[in-house]
Amino acid sequence: MAHPVGEAGARGADVRSDCWVRLEIRDAGGVELSLRSKVMTMYGRAIREQAARGLAALGIAHAAVEMEDAGALPFVLDARLETAARRALGALAAEILPARRAAPTPSARDRFRRSRLYLPGNSPKLMLNAGLHRPDGVILDLEDAVAPAEKDAARCVVRNALRVVDFGGAELMVRINQGERGLADLDWIVPHGAQMVLIPKVEDPEAVRDVDARAAEIAAAAGRDEPVWLMPIIESSLGALRALAIATASPNVVALAIGLEDYTADLGVQRTAEGTESFWMRGQVINAARAAGIQPIDTVFSDVADQEGLRASVLEAKRLGFDGKGCIHPRQIAVVHEAFAPEAAEIEKARRIVLAFEEAASRGLGVVSLGSKMIDPPVVKRAQHTVQLALATGLLTENWREEATS
Amino acid sequence: MSELVKNAAGRMVPTEVNGVPQTPYQGVGRFQPAGRKASASIARCSDYPANGDKRVGSLREALEKCGLRSGMTISSHHHFRNGDLVMNQVFDACAVMGLQDLVWFPSASFPCHEPAIAHQEAGVIKRVEGSLNGPLGAYASHGHMRGEAVLRSHGGRWQAVQDGEVHIDVAVLAAPTADAFGNATGDRGPSACGSLNFGLVDSLHADKVIVVTDNLVPFPCVPWQIQGNNVDFVVELDKIGDPEKIISGTTVLTRSPDRLLIAELTAKFMRATRFYREGFSMQAGAGGTALAATIFLKDFMKADGVKSRFMRGGSTKYLVEILEEGLTDYILDGQTFDLDGVRSMRENPNHVATSPFTSYNWHGKGNFASLVDFVVLGATEVDVDFNANVVTHSDGLMLHGIGGWQNCLAANVTILPIPSFRDRIPVLVDAVTTLCGPGELIDVVVTERGIAINPRRQDLLDDVAGKGLPIRPLAEIKAEVEGIVGGKPDKPALGDEVVGVVKWVDGTVLDAIRRVPE
Repeated sequence: MAHPVGEAGARGADVRSDCWVRLEIRDAGGVELSLRSKVMTMYGRAIREQAARGLAALGIAHAAVEMEDAGALPFVLDARLETAARRALGALAAEILPARRAAPTPSARDRFRRSRLYLPGNSPKLMLNAGLHRPDGVILDLEDAVAPAEKDAARCVVRNALRVVDFGGAELMVRINQGERGLADLDWIVPHGAQMVLIPKVEDPEAVRDVDARAAEIAAAAGRDEPVWLMPIIESSLGALRALAIATASPNVVALAIGLEDYTADLGVQRTAEGTESFWMRGQVINAARAAGIQPIDTVFSDVADQEGLRASVLEAKRLGFDGKGCIHPRQIAVVHEAFAPEAAEIEKARRIVLAFEEAASRGLGVVSLGSKMIDPPVVKRAQHTVQLALATGLLTENWREEATS
Repeated sequence: MSELVKNAAGRMVPTEVNGVPQTPYQGVGRFQPAGRKASASIARCSDYPANGDKRVGSLREALEKCGLRSGMTISSHHHFRNGDLVMNQVFDACAVMGLQDLVWFPSASFPCHEPAIAHQEAGVIKRVEGSLNGPLGAYASHGHMRGEAVLRSHGGRWQAVQDGEVHIDVAVLAAPTADAFGNATGDRGPSACGSLNFGLVDSLHADKVIVVTDNLVPFPCVPWQIQGNNVDFVVELDKIGDPEKIISGTTVLTRSPDRLLIAELTAKFMRATRFYREGFSMQAGAGGTALAATIFLKDFMKADGVKSRFMRGGSTKYLVEILEEGLTDYILDGQTFDLDGVRSMRENPNHVATSPFTSYNWHGKGNFASLVDFVVLGATEVDVDFNANVVTHSDGLMLHGIGGWQNCLAANVTILPIPSFRDRIPVLVDAVTTLCGPGELIDVVVTERGIAINPRRQDLLDDVAGKGLPIRPLAEIKAEVEGIVGGKPDKPALGDEVVGVVKWVDGTVLDAIRRVPE
């Protein structure tokens, strides 16, 4: 009878920070490992030891393993070995779980979500330094950025990345697949630190509630206390028409995003730079989100070479009422943050309102006034947000209460 | 094998290299040689054609007329980089002439010179004395070369020739344009490469000088970067270089987000120091990150209304733009990397070709490198004491030349923008595999994970404090990286045999390179 064989990962001259594994399960003879590595001198010994530990964790005692390594980090080696084993054996009860390096920065319902950087779930190389570019969130993408045949491999890489990679304070987001596959994705991410789940192509609030319920179940089983935030993505006419119901489907929905490629296809129109064709939909989603008290989030800007076009696009999104923009390249992040930053006059006004509010609060007054004008609570809230944004963008220092802005 | 002694940097180095006694490194500025420089022999005009026509029919004829014999030293410049078509032909001719045991003394070798390995195997070339890039480096690292590799900086090569440490019997200088008298320039012609000045010391000191060109012009060839008065023979060939490999049509900027981040941090760092001011100067390589740092700095200069007095190249289109937009008064150019650089040098009197003598020679009456405010360089490894390596990788293989790197350390602020790890291999290490630059001369290491400032530079620490830059101790960044890559790398198991040495800019021996088992 033929021995079960599984292959996973990538090899070839252009591959970096990844590896390729071929695993043949045998009946006897122990483990035979043949290794080629770009970093053989420095890490050949460590790779062999790690592979032996991984096979032991999977309960595989007899196998021929072939590895071709292009400088993969340990969490990637683990993921590739586990995926090869799963492909050889089908279902596997055991897993190779890398030790968690550090707990991620806690997330909050209303934290900034100005920028979120998309990272293809099966491309570990792009994940390693993503946090250094300081996005508000990173999205490990299991959906459109992963080829159908690699969905299983991506789950493993994403799980390990969530546990191991330091994303520098970014909110850890995962875009899951649609439907049943998406629900199954949750097993791979909820116990491992994913803070926000992006649900693609939502047309029905039930789809949100399904994800919410399944995430809650997995979290409870894993002993996880912190909530799993949800960001449904509206990408169709039907979804747009049901935006408010989707936005209010669960208290864990904290943001509502749009996807325009599918939406314009659904409408049967061309997507243009001006975006006239999606104007109603964007307004609809923004209003639904605001009505639900959550953040409206814009789609990505896909020309990575056009920084000026990106800036203009973010300024337009900001004028319309969006709180965030998707990024497909790290160099877009700073531009997005700058464009979402409040202007000097806006900051100064917000500063005065917040100071007036704090003073009123300290004197036990129920009413906030600035000069002769009464300030309503929503205005105070908006001003507080503006001050936080200014702090985040470095336009105010921690001593902003004492210093006048110029 | 010669005896090993511990030098002032604590490295064990041989006291004799290729049969020549050596002085171990004594510390920066400590070695004080005296005596007179070497000089060329007296030539007589009566030995040369009165009509100035020094042409001969072939390379072989020129080599024969030079009196080339087995065991002699042939030199060449590397302005054609990986597009050189001359030196392989020279050694092919030597093989046909039945010569053996030649020493090749290039200012650098490139992967295109891989045939020099076959010539070593056949005994035509005994050894290569000069930077060893790629295959020649691997060949020497594995102990196949007869004799030790001697790695010098550009300035160190000049110093070695002028001080008489290396005697050149025959210099073969490829020249994109020349006249029959031997005047030659690199700034025009089908194989244009910009400057020819890496070959200048060869033309001044070699016993015999051959100029090889594929673009002969009537006398006078102006400008004359190489003076015909130093030239013995002129050889005309159909093609001396592959233009696409000599220079790139356009220099491509890096798109790597991590490299751009490092470059941006580098520019922000420079801007935050006191040395960024009207009339400052800088030198940056044409490598992706250094070039990007220059471009970020250019944006700051425009925004701040700050102009530089001179920028040193490696020139590229981007440096030329800085000159043409009036953001610097001069480009002082050591080598030219793209078509815009060549054009600018040819047409703009403020784009000046410099030589290793003006720029780098440590045994001169000063050099330009020490006048530069900021220099931006690369490295393969940096250790916790800021010592750096540029010639070997962490596996011990010699893969790069020193270039002007050591000479540039004389600048006021030396900055190494480097990734903290490459393909899992940490760049920040406990001890460098090979010491090329003493830590006391290396001021700043900029990585994607933060900027480490040498504690010796309190002025820089003061300047950038409180300016929002991610300043971190080098050891802290190193520890973070070791956490990411799964621990410290194993050291290569190197043999005892010394296969090469790294010279310091004063000709003393800074480190030894050991054989790497295959």
